[in-house]
Amino acid sequence: MWRYLTVRSLRAFATVVGVVTLVFLLVRLVPGDPVDAILGDQASPEERAALRESLHLDAPLPQQYAHFVGDVLDGSLGHSFRNPARSVGSLIAEVLPATAALAFAALALAFGIALPLGVIAAARRGTAADALASTVAVLGLAIPNIWLGPLLILAFAVELRWLPLPGDDALGLEGLLLPAITLGTALAAILTRQTRASMLDVYQEQYVLAARARGLAEWQVATKHVLRNALLPVLTIGAAQLGALLSGAVVTEKVFERAGLGQLFLDAFFARDMPVVQGCVLVVAITYVVLNIAVDLLYVVADPRVRLT
Amino acid sequence: MKRLLARLGLVLVGGFFVLGVVGPWLAPRDPQAIDLAHQFEAPSSGHWLGTADNGVDLLSALLHGARLASVVSLSVVCVSVVVGVLLGALAGYLGGRVDHALSAVTDVFQAFPGILLNIAILALVAEPGLLHLIVALSVSGWVLYARVARAATLSLKQLAFVDAARALGASDVRILLRHIVPNLAGPIVIQATAGLGGVILAESTLSFLGLGPGVAVSWGALLDQGSSVLLRFPHVALISGGCIAVTVLGFQLAGDALRDTLDPRG
Repeated sequence: MWRYLTVRSLRAFATVVGVVTLVFLLVRLVPGDPVDAILGDQASPEERAALRESLHLDAPLPQQYAHFVGDVLDGSLGHSFRNPARSVGSLIAEVLPATAALAFAALALAFGIALPLGVIAAARRGTAADALASTVAVLGLAIPNIWLGPLLILAFAVELRWLPLPGDDALGLEGLLLPAITLGTALAAILTRQTRASMLDVYQEQYVLAARARGLAEWQVATKHVLRNALLPVLTIGAAQLGALLSGAVVTEKVFERAGLGQLFLDAFFARDMPVVQGCVLVVAITYVVLNIAVDLLYVVADPRVRLT
Repeated sequence: MKRLLARLGLVLVGGFFVLGVVGPWLAPRDPQAIDLAHQFEAPSSGHWLGTADNGVDLLSALLHGARLASVVSLSVVCVSVVVGVLLGALAGYLGGRVDHALSAVTDVFQAFPGILLNIAILALVAEPGLLHLIVALSVSGWVLYARVARAATLSLKQLAFVDAARALGASDVRILLRHIVPNLAGPIVIQATAGLGGVILAESTLSFLGLGPGVAVSWGALLDQGSSVLLRFPHVALISGGCIAVTVLGFQLAGDALRDTLDPRG
């Protein structure tokens, strides 16, 4: 087990190093002068010099890389090119809570929908309930956030007036509900499918038969024995989807005019503030890697049958 | 039920590609024709689906958008499949250090959430255009196919016919191209079908954010226009978003149907 944990952690570390390197190379792999590519030829000499300075483009490549790694290690992630007084890290830290709240709400909602739906679909396999769950799952995957958001706004904020319009009271709990539904549905769909599939796998196990033989009620078998053991792969898929969730948050924040990482990222894009663009991508990618390894390790601890692969 | 959904998927996918080919000829009006007196009008006999920004006929714009969506999705999936299958099959077949190195690269690319990486790449090109969009989407698109191809190659190379080919003196290149790659077609086609829908979604999302190919007939761009006037003229957002959702749904269903036929284990 320890050997597996070590190998897995080293691999995750290598991935983080790769992520940092790729983000570093992103700017430098553009053919020609990256300053030209980012600013176009309309920019003033002062702007060009400022960008060159903030990306450390004057030094030789290895030195630039060392500088970049240093910026990542001390958490500053370099300086915003529009606003040189602020470090990218502090700009991100400012908006991260709003995005994290949205992501957690969506995550909770997705599990809240997927677990009951997946359990029922698996326990009543082949019935109308199963077909309904699959249909809901397919729809959840197909309906894009950029459409579901406006639909929900029309229905619940404009017609029914139950919830606030985008922009009003965006950070309150009520304002969180529609964005969370928008963001969470695709994940709910994926998790429903996974819950159903791993429940069906576990139903094949001997101990399910044993539990039934002991005279446990079917719902007790389903929730206590089957769901418990089916949960691990569902959690893993949930973690693997976190990156998608965070990029979905970018879009959802735009639809609902919420402040957050997405707004910061898009503003930076349109202003060609490359250090901020880089920083946002880096933070999300590293979050993804770290969460995945956390879930993997949990997996090993929680289920002693899992052995190194 | 399953067969019904599968058929629905095939009809939607078929319809989408037919419109991609003939859509622009079916369009009743020029999707660029500006008619400022009739902006954002509700559907009527003159404009069956109403008008969008600048009085553009929405039906015509959507029909031209089908062409754009099919060109983008086919190009991105083709590039991604070629790159992904080559790298994945190579990693799976050669194993050892090559596999470790390629898998590490795949891990790194997989860690990047798709849309964010796409936007970061687009941030580097002075003016977003169709070609840039295709490149940006392919950079994050190949990873999935590489994973599938690698896994399938690992199990394929255990099979007797690969040994037989080697015993007959076939070179590695020949074994890879003649024996391994053709057998990857099944799992790759399943992925690619759902992948086409994914690309359409990604293109629409980028256009919605204002980062698309910069043409007004993109479904995502129309949805973006519609969203900005959602409260007064909801028909633009409802109809253009509906086109995206129905198309993506079609590719989902078709992908599921293919999985059921080609991959009985699933």
